[in-house]
Amino acid sequence: MPDLSRLDPLKPFLPWLLLALGLVAPFALSAYDLNLLARFMAMGILALGLVLIWGHGGILSLGQGVFFGLGGYAIALHMKLADLPSGEIPDFMVWSGRDSLPFWWTPFSSPAFTIAAILIVPTLVGALFSWAVFHRRVGGTYFALITQALALAFSTLIISRQDVTGGFNGLTDFYSVFGFGLASPGTGSGLYWVTLAVLCVAFVALRWLLASRFGILLRAARDGENRVRFLGYSPTPFKVVAFAIAAMLAGVGGALFTLHAGVVSPALIGVVPSIEMVVWVAIGGRYSLAGAIVGALLVNLARDAVSSAFPELWLYLMGALFIFVVTLLPRGLAGLVKRKAA
Amino acid sequence: MDALFLNQLFNGASLASLYLLAALGLALSFGLMRVINMAHGEMLMLGGYLAWMTLLVVPGALGIILAIPVAFVGAAAMGGLIQSTLIRRLSARPLDTLLATWGVSLILQQGARDLFGAVGVEVRAPEWLTGSFVVFGVTLPSARLFIILIAALVLGGLALLLLKTRIGLLVRAVNQDRMMASASGIDVKRVDFTIFCLGSGVAGLAGVMLALLGPVTPNVGQSYIIPAFLVVVMGGLGSIVGTTASAIILGLFAALAQIFVDVSVAQMLLLVFVILFIQVRPQGVIAVKTRQLDA
Amino acid sequence: MSGSAISDLLLSVDGVTIDYSGFKALDNFSMTLNRGETRVVIGPNGAGKSTLCDTIIGRVRPSQGRVLFKGEEIQRLPEQQIVARGICRKFQAPGVLLTLSVRDNLALAARKDRRWWKSFGTGIPADEKLAVEEALESVGLTHRAAVEAGTLAHGEKQWLEIAMVMATGAELLLLDEPTAGMGPAETSRTAQLILGLGDSRTVLVIDHDMSFVEQLAAPVTVMHQGKFLKQGSIAEVRADAEVAAVYLGHTA
Repeated sequence: MPDLSRLDPLKPFLPWLLLALGLVAPFALSAYDLNLLARFMAMGILALGLVLIWGHGGILSLGQGVFFGLGGYAIALHMKLADLPSGEIPDFMVWSGRDSLPFWWTPFSSPAFTIAAILIVPTLVGALFSWAVFHRRVGGTYFALITQALALAFSTLIISRQDVTGGFNGLTDFYSVFGFGLASPGTGSGLYWVTLAVLCVAFVALRWLLASRFGILLRAARDGENRVRFLGYSPTPFKVVAFAIAAMLAGVGGALFTLHAGVVSPALIGVVPSIEMVVWVAIGGRYSLAGAIVGALLVNLARDAVSSAFPELWLYLMGALFIFVVTLLPRGLAGLVKRKAA
Repeated sequence: MDALFLNQLFNGASLASLYLLAALGLALSFGLMRVINMAHGEMLMLGGYLAWMTLLVVPGALGIILAIPVAFVGAAAMGGLIQSTLIRRLSARPLDTLLATWGVSLILQQGARDLFGAVGVEVRAPEWLTGSFVVFGVTLPSARLFIILIAALVLGGLALLLLKTRIGLLVRAVNQDRMMASASGIDVKRVDFTIFCLGSGVAGLAGVMLALLGPVTPNVGQSYIIPAFLVVVMGGLGSIVGTTASAIILGLFAALAQIFVDVSVAQMLLLVFVILFIQVRPQGVIAVKTRQLDA
Repeated sequence: MSGSAISDLLLSVDGVTIDYSGFKALDNFSMTLNRGETRVVIGPNGAGKSTLCDTIIGRVRPSQGRVLFKGEEIQRLPEQQIVARGICRKFQAPGVLLTLSVRDNLALAARKDRRWWKSFGTGIPADEKLAVEEALESVGLTHRAAVEAGTLAHGEKQWLEIAMVMATGAELLLLDEPTAGMGPAETSRTAQLILGLGDSRTVLVIDHDMSFVEQLAAPVTVMHQGKFLKQGSIAEVRADAEVAAVYLGHTA
């Protein structure tokens, strides 16, 4: 392992460096590359949530794709409806033999409802789901396995409900969002700035949260859940709130990703993508917010480069990355630049 | 009782048998080492492909009988390899073990895709397995009866092994108190290794059963392994009785739910059922008490 | 019964049985503790001493009997609520939070408002800060306040946990083998620490180390096979033939 611990004093500057790169990118990159970067940054927002729950809370979620998908589908429903002449229904519904919108589609024609849904639905689902498991003191490996079952059930459900979800192909062909045409270059760069802003806000907010008493208690519950209980705290709310926040970040990331990518589909949110999200953070460093963003960018960049040329190679590579990082580099890239404790 | 209900009851029994065969190895090693091998589903896949290859060499009824030990040994060897090279190194980090073994799972799946193709291969079951019996108007396919029989035999064999043999005694000792067992001279690592191989072998055997039901594909293990994980969650720590009971409950639940809803909704209901079950019995079907502060 | 007798009584364990599928770790066991009292519980291995602590703090649930704290039943409450009522326990194996700093460990213990929605902040009230500093000083860990608890030596971890238990401000402290792994000098210091707690705290100590028990000069309760065996001063207990028989393994 290369010893990069000399770089440790530079670590506080890493977020600033990332921010500087993010600010320069729109002027330096082509529209295509900027769109790609914006997608990866949206994934970075989700990765921040994983640092909170996995790194600091010891909660491994193999189902973040579900929340990513909830956010992504929420915005996709809105865009599908926005592009529709009044009285008509999306063409895939027609092909599936439907003649009317399902009732739960209708409110998504309102931008305010859609934004509220992106923020609230994943958070609420995350809170209820994690509470149901954690308050009965089930956690650790069991919880990870249950989240994976959730990812499977959710993606299978979407695939099977072809007539109202677009099925395996997902939802695509969006033309505008909140009145802005997606084809215009201004919208592309505008959405980039929005994504960068959300990423920054999430970063700063989580940084504060991790340093607060909440963060201390979350780490305490990770290291000794019962010890925390015998100090008079109930660990459940801390874990549930952390999980709900991570779910919200995943939902927001999913919505932004859908805007940039122009598609949301089960292939982006199922079992395999959900666990791939963990590998971003594993590589960047599960304890480090900046590391997670770097991890999300690097892995997706690599994926983009490798999988377009050799799709089958990517799966080998990802498998090997998992094994390598977890066995030899448990703190991820961020661990390489951390000075050993004296 | 209508025929549909009885039919699904029977399907549930054979589904439960598959869940059980897939989950037994997971539960045994989880009880001992507190780790889950995410590549366990690929032991099923491996068993399926080994059955297919055995039948290429030795076609017919004899082939199927021969495929069982071949798949068992092949999957056990693969499991042993994974345990000794990877899992042992990560023994104190259960969540990291999940991730590392998931990496193994990806590589094995892609390896199978490159070797055997993505479409999958068909195992031609011998004639005595393709027929069916009709009892009270319910059709019972022989292949499914065979699966139930094999699961019962494996379960009986494991019970005998754990209750009547020396290795079983060692396993129970390590299960109860790892530190004490180690202190009293038991080679804990060897017990881990043996059980891991055994569990993987049972999964390989389950792969042969899957091959009798449908084509063997690179991700054939995936469709059974996640329910098998839920079986482990619901079964209680390292308990064979709990695992069996929970496999039967979940197998029957999944099959009977399909009378009313389609497969995808049934899958969601299965998860909801497990979460509801946790509300009532978080410690699983069979509870184990421990004195450690944070076990 | 006079009024003062009731208010003096802090804890009463009343006919408690803990059944580990057939094995009775506590067998119809009873004892009481008065406010301000220090009590030592001894007994051979497997006598049920740790199980007694487990029962009071809510880690195991009795199949029979009651645990009364300040006159109210607590044997069915969740652990954190039992702690909130004023009982805190030091575990046998040091139960400090290894990746938190020594000061953070103590700050969590000293915190009065433990509701989660009050945790979004970094400020610590002045009285809690003071309690943390006092606790650090009393166990001599002031100079180690900023280090991760995981890097402390074993004896230091023991003291940190004792300091945490004290910092909670709990009225009843359960100290399960506080001197395990300590040398004679450290043991005496721990005894001084407990003696220095004064009358405001009630302390239940479990220990094997007879020199430590002698230094505490407190009444001793002897347990055997989950049952009450004897109670008296250390000298009385030492002279007792039945207690000696239990320790030597000649049970009747």
